[in-house]
Amino acid sequence: MPAQAILVAAPGAVLREIGRWSITLKIGSLMLLVIVLAGIFAPVVAPFDPYFQDYDRVLLPPNGTHLFGTDQLGRDLFSRVIYGIRIDLVVGFIITFVPMIYGVAIGALAGYYGGVLDGVLMRLLDTAIAFPFLVLIIVVIAILGPGVHSIYIAVFLVAWTMYARLARAEMLVERSKDYMLAAKTLGYPTSRIIFRHALPNIIGSSVVFSMADFVLNILLLSGLSFLGLGIQPPEPEWGAMVAEGRDFIFENWWICTLPGLAIVVAGTSLSLIGDGLARRLGQRHQAIL
Amino acid sequence: MNSNNNPLLEVRGLVTEFSLEHGVIAANADVHIRVRAGETLGIVGESGSGKSVLCRAILRLIPSPPGLISAGEVLFDGTDLLALSEAEMRRVRGTRIKMVFQNPMTSLNPVRRIGDQITEGLSVHYGMGKAEARAEGVELLRRVGIPSPETRVREYPHQWSGGMLQRAVIAMAMAGEPQLLLADEPTTALDVTIQDQILALLLELQERTHMAMLLVSHDLAVVAETCDQVAVMYAGRIMESASTKALFEAPMHPYTVGLMNSIPDMAGTAARLVPIPGQPPDLLHLAPGCPFAPRCVHASPDCAETPIALSEIAPGHHTACLHPERISAGAS
Repeated sequence: MPAQAILVAAPGAVLREIGRWSITLKIGSLMLLVIVLAGIFAPVVAPFDPYFQDYDRVLLPPNGTHLFGTDQLGRDLFSRVIYGIRIDLVVGFIITFVPMIYGVAIGALAGYYGGVLDGVLMRLLDTAIAFPFLVLIIVVIAILGPGVHSIYIAVFLVAWTMYARLARAEMLVERSKDYMLAAKTLGYPTSRIIFRHALPNIIGSSVVFSMADFVLNILLLSGLSFLGLGIQPPEPEWGAMVAEGRDFIFENWWICTLPGLAIVVAGTSLSLIGDGLARRLGQRHQAIL
Repeated sequence: MNSNNNPLLEVRGLVTEFSLEHGVIAANADVHIRVRAGETLGIVGESGSGKSVLCRAILRLIPSPPGLISAGEVLFDGTDLLALSEAEMRRVRGTRIKMVFQNPMTSLNPVRRIGDQITEGLSVHYGMGKAEARAEGVELLRRVGIPSPETRVREYPHQWSGGMLQRAVIAMAMAGEPQLLLADEPTTALDVTIQDQILALLLELQERTHMAMLLVSHDLAVVAETCDQVAVMYAGRIMESASTKALFEAPMHPYTVGLMNSIPDMAGTAARLVPIPGQPPDLLHLAPGCPFAPRCVHASPDCAETPIALSEIAPGHHTACLHPERISAGAS
């Protein structure tokens, strides 16, 4: 995997690896890098305090001081969009990759052992999928109240299923390969065989899917926040900002348009990465075979 | 070779069965073999005769279900491997009995560095630290004849050729100096020129470490060159076992004779090859007697009726044939 290669290889190898990336992967990675850096250095990048309300400067259109204009409470929209990266990308990351970890593990175990364990885990998976997600999250919110905790719980209950299916399907192919038998003849413990030997071979499709999932999860988070079920104002979450701005959409278009564009840009960068990664992993796979 | 007469590995009456849709087949039916330390036993037979299943049964790697080792003993250095716990068995697999597979291209993990794969066993089974295992891994690769192993350990399997990979697989197997090496067609997937090198390497390593070797092959020439003892398998049974010399000079089973007659003679005599008539048997529908009887030129009506056990007809020479005397008569 490129990710793995980057972690362990020397700088020269990193450059060589990047040289093999497709243009989509390069552009997507660059966009994401800029977004992530802007999020990390938000206090430096953002010119204003995202929560500071300046009633002398409400509803200003984009201008030299306020790049994205100001909202109805006089807050600087550019600063809020920049701080929004910290919320949307971080929550999106967590609700994508935490379920990926245990989803892949569950799928790998089910696929490797088969039999009763496979049956039990897959029925559990069917149950999780059968539950309508929005109903589930509304139930969780009804019990725990709106907020990011409710989103975590609801997503963690459901989101692992796709990873488990992908990993299981790949494991079914992988477990009958010679190197798996060879690992057994070398007397390695089963956990080692599953997680050290098979995992690197079955993780590819999950990694590719996770990029698409990441995009969908950012949309989910902003969608739920837009509906008032997710992150609550005054936190600068993009979806919540769009919701706040929608009353002013005809007179002051920038309040909901620009945070909406932030969602589009973040989603596009991740989609490009997902697309490019799928191709790159495919190439590497062919080189190996 | 060894004054110690106790076999290192003795398989007694091993029966390995597989449950299929239409019934149960015995891939190993009453298999007896013995190998002493420092000795090489060749197992010869055509595809599907149960050679590989035997190797896997020794290591208890028969997938179950469908497979089941339903009878017999696998005595290794005095202990019955079939009676060990899974953890004890894992220990035996990792340290004392190793296996080399037919296709080196697929028996290494494609996404892991070769060096990591070689050193993994050293750290798992011998608790070696990273640096120590790494040095040992490089040394192992050097010993199996990989040039500049220090840099090549960082490479991936797809960057190596088949012959080099098989050397790497052998290096992995030699880590910790096993007492027994199961080589399941170790040269079949390789170039003819490389085959010789790999066999020579195996023999050299055997000489150095005095390990016992089980060499599975369908190639009589390979077995003749490398083995001390030979066992011929057919339909999951041992048909004949003897020292290599005795077996090739005076085969005592019609199937062995048939195998030898179907090999081109490199001395250049223009005699036509004599194929064995008929087809390999369907293991689902075997007669109670000799499985080779339907194809055998010497068979009598008795052959298919009564089970035939291995019997010793000369010192160290066993055959599962009712009429070995007919062979010597036919040969002359």
